[in-house]
Amino acid sequence: MKSKIAIAFKNCKREKRTALITYTVAGDNTKSNSLKILNAISKHADILELGFPHNTPIADGGQIQGSSHRALRNGIKLNDVFNIVKKFKVYNPKKPLIMMGYFNLIYQSGENKFLKNCKASGVDGLIVVDLPYPENKNFAKKCKKKSIDFIQLLSPTTSNDRMKKIIKDSHNMIYYISMLSTTGGKLKVSPKKILQNYNKIKRINRKKNIVIGFGITNKTIASLKKADGLVVGSQLCKTITNSLKKRLNTAKVLDKMVYNLRKKII
Amino acid sequence: MKIKKSIPLIDQHDKNFMYGGKFGGNFIPETLKKPIDDLTKLFEKLRKDKKFLKERDYYFKSYIGVPTPFIKLENLTSHLGGAQIYAKVVSEANGGAHKIYNATVHCLIAKKAGKKFIVGDTGAGYAGKMLSMAAKKFGLKCKIFMGAKDIKRQRPNVQAMKKNGAIIVPVTTGSQTLVDAVSECMRYWVSNCDTTHMCVGSTVGPNIFIKICAWSTAQISRELFQQVKEEFGEIPKKMKLLNCVGGGSSAMGFWNEFMDTDAEFIGIEAGGPKSSKLHAAPLTNGSKIGILHGAAQYVIQDKEGQIGSTDSISAGLDYPGISPLHCFLKDTHRARYTSVNDEDALKAYQLVSKLENISPSLEPSHAFYEAIRLAPKLKSSEIIIVNSCGDSLKDKDIIKQKLGSYIR
Repeated sequence: MKSKIAIAFKNCKREKRTALITYTVAGDNTKSNSLKILNAISKHADILELGFPHNTPIADGGQIQGSSHRALRNGIKLNDVFNIVKKFKVYNPKKPLIMMGYFNLIYQSGENKFLKNCKASGVDGLIVVDLPYPENKNFAKKCKKKSIDFIQLLSPTTSNDRMKKIIKDSHNMIYYISMLSTTGGKLKVSPKKILQNYNKIKRINRKKNIVIGFGITNKTIASLKKADGLVVGSQLCKTITNSLKKRLNTAKVLDKMVYNLRKKII
Repeated sequence: MKIKKSIPLIDQHDKNFMYGGKFGGNFIPETLKKPIDDLTKLFEKLRKDKKFLKERDYYFKSYIGVPTPFIKLENLTSHLGGAQIYAKVVSEANGGAHKIYNATVHCLIAKKAGKKFIVGDTGAGYAGKMLSMAAKKFGLKCKIFMGAKDIKRQRPNVQAMKKNGAIIVPVTTGSQTLVDAVSECMRYWVSNCDTTHMCVGSTVGPNIFIKICAWSTAQISRELFQQVKEEFGEIPKKMKLLNCVGGGSSAMGFWNEFMDTDAEFIGIEAGGPKSSKLHAAPLTNGSKIGILHGAAQYVIQDKEGQIGSTDSISAGLDYPGISPLHCFLKDTHRARYTSVNDEDALKAYQLVSKLENISPSLEPSHAFYEAIRLAPKLKSSEIIIVNSCGDSLKDKDIIKQKLGSYIR
């Protein structure tokens, strides 16, 4: 069976547009609310990233930390995350969903058990922030066996040689970190420069789907729409924070927001 | 799992930088791969470079003031009866604690790497104070990440950092202690690794930081080895080296040169308040292995892998993890670990400060309590050496609050 992630990119390419990828945190601010949010934004997004929260995240900025803490405060457990995915997939069986988080939760659960749960709930891909290449080789292989895409990360500090090796061992999607930053930083590199780096990666292997993330908001997204895909995360988390403060319906607010993001890149 | 003889402990890792196949490694975001690789290569080059070693030795002597004294605690020994108790008074080093070794070496490396900015984390404030001192000395701009709770309880060190011109960034996430300060510092480095050098304040974090720190604090045992030989004519067969462990940097430095001798190593973790279940003793209390700050180690965590909260009267020991090197020493049975609670650490501070000319801070007071507990049970031919790695002055406020008065 072909990867749903690969199909999503293929569809976008046929429509000659970039794929819109969103990131929200499972359980933010409650289990049911985060599911409602997923259902709402899935109408406009091509791929959904769902964070499984960790309380010591070393690569996340304030917005995603805030979302993670909210979710953890409300008692989210790994099993709940899988349940959210499962429920989401009942109504959106074709929509690719990527789980994203830190390795310690996978390590405590046991790699095999974790992947079994991913498979059973319908997870299509995994991003593990603190399991870099080549340390992730074994785990990535295990993912592949289960037809789960392990998504490798590249950053502006990744050397050319290393890039080639990582791309060679990568699956359907590769995540390019736009700049030296934690998530949610202000875009401090020009879109032109980011696209230059992006093209450098593309030239190594045109077939791979490369998405750009970090610092992408409704203000910057249009300038990068040449990429195969674009990830918006922190801005969604920030919007959740603000709409909770104003006691608004978070799912509705995000529905509208992601709709507007999509409009900017068509 | 075994420790190899005559190979520095820091080098006994496999190609994935794991000790004993289980501890350490580099669990880091992709962005940090290159800066960490670069630093690893630079450090490997420098530690073989005679000119660099000469430079290090020069600053250790002229700036840090090595060797620090090795003294017998005559009054404490006769008060307790039993083993002969000695102290290695590392708190006599410039700045008042062992953190100056690591800070100085990091500043020297930052200079070699051509970096103008240096950032670091701090718990008790010593790592931050020393880094700010050394940064000032070597002309680097310095930023220190410190938990908001620790800023309140370690005022004297905070003032010292400010005086040295460092920018202190209060960390208000999570428990607002060392664990959050390290996380925030690493996040900062992720965003600024092109211009900034990072100093991790203890033998924790990605492998290279463990290595640099332990290599730096090893100065303590290098000189102690000579001092012990001079005192006893040899390395005594029955000798116990007691050291508090939080992240574990002073203990690694205190034990390193004695690795291949008969010396017994005892690490003392923070047991926390007597009335509470919270503590900072992952080795004593059988915590599971997990990933914290880029390395696999025994760490206080829940079943799911969320890092647990800790509590200790000593900010310097108040950390849920422990150096992978100590995990390695524990599992190979080269060292053993126990814990001492807040109340007993205070008692030890009081007794040592009353009887002797030294006044240990709350961190080494944990180790002194273990010495007080052990000494009466041992023969007078046996030797206990405690690393007095910090001075009580920084804990004046807490001690006054807990005991009503402060003596030094």
